[in-house]
Amino acid sequence: MAKVAKSPWLLHYDGSSCNGCDIEVLACLTPVYDVERFGVINTGNPKHADILLITGGINSQNKPVVEQLYSQMPSPKVVVAVGICACNGGVFKECYNILGGVDKVLPVDIYVPGCAARPNAIIDGVVKAVALLEEKRAKMDSEGGNNK
Amino acid sequence: MSTIIGIIAFIVFAPFAGGLLSGIDRKLTARMQGRIGPPILQPFYDVKKLLNKEILLINNMQILFMWCFLVFIVFTGALFCGGSNILLVFFVLTTAAMFLVLEASLTNSAYATMGANREMIQMLSYEPMVLLTAVGFYVATAFSTGTGTFNLHEIVDNSPIPNIVYLPGVFIGFLYILTIKLRKSPFDISMSHHAHQEMVKGVTTELSGGLMALMEISHWYENVFLLLVVSLFIICDAWWSIPLAVVVVAAAFFLEILIDNTSARVKWDVMLKSAWAVTLVFGCINVFILQLI
Repeated sequence: MAKVAKSPWLLHYDGSSCNGCDIEVLACLTPVYDVERFGVINTGNPKHADILLITGGINSQNKPVVEQLYSQMPSPKVVVAVGICACNGGVFKECYNILGGVDKVLPVDIYVPGCAARPNAIIDGVVKAVALLEEKRAKMDSEGGNNK
Repeated sequence: MSTIIGIIAFIVFAPFAGGLLSGIDRKLTARMQGRIGPPILQPFYDVKKLLNKEILLINNMQILFMWCFLVFIVFTGALFCGGSNILLVFFVLTTAAMFLVLEASLTNSAYATMGANREMIQMLSYEPMVLLTAVGFYVATAFSTGTGTFNLHEIVDNSPIPNIVYLPGVFIGFLYILTIKLRKSPFDISMSHHAHQEMVKGVTTELSGGLMALMEISHWYENVFLLLVVSLFIICDAWWSIPLAVVVVAAAFFLEILIDNTSARVKWDVMLKSAWAVTLVFGCINVFILQLI
């Protein structure tokens, strides 16, 4: 699993969240956790990203944004929902504007629960996403429809 | 014969050297920030990954222009290592940069277009100094040997001592624009290696998969070529100049990384004015003095 595994690039999108999980995602990049030692880069560009990391729930305003970001990412790609709000809406679940978790609009592959999700848990989620990326890439190759 | 060896050596070894330099750069950057940092071979893993990704094209011409960019960058370095004319080398380098601007412009993406505009401002900033470097070598060889030359073989073979002795101002000016060419902060305005730039990834925003890999490989070739130009200031007709050149190039590279990590990105007008000011003050005065004495 060498091809994607050593260089997973993240795209972080902050949905309808309280920003707690976002700060934890950024904490992963700081010297204490330093995800770059695994080759992880937090890119701001969907076209360079392998992993879409979403924090916070989905509302009707950010639904098209999330869908567009996902559609702009080249395959293979994985979606990671970070925090309980991204998993199922969390404490905002009953709000009139919240549609629910990320899985209401995108096929979520990895769920990282927590309020806020700990950096260790986020890194663990990314590691699981990396394994899945490799699986998807192998599938893409075997199906032959790989436009590369 | 040495010409052909030089060209082949550049084409074959430059990407490895460039990738390693890029890895060392990231490691040093991480250490300066108190992090562990990625493995030295990380840039190679990245390119391998990119080659296995899907390519999302906006315009088919993107493929052509990215290949042109790579080919012209390789051509620049090959001409340099083949000992061609230094003016020709710099003109081909400019041509390569234009292909990157074309690629970014034709995507119609707001961020890539803005990156293309800024890339042109960067060219405007560094181009006078690049040309003055060529002129500087001509004047320096004229000063030391009596006949000026733009030919790289003659510049190296006819100089009894390193040309930096005659061209300290031009060397400072070249180091200044090297920051722009290596895409280092404070002058990484058209495309930055660091995340969260105000315009996403500038000129590379619309490059995905293999095209981004081409961009990375071109960047490796370009970096090696630029460091070879730095070494041209040192290398002369004496054996000790080669180890000295290695030391100076390593020091210059370290200095660029240090500047990258200790300075904030500036606006384009500061870059343009300061680059031209350095060109005028250090480059032009240096060349004038050589002409007068």
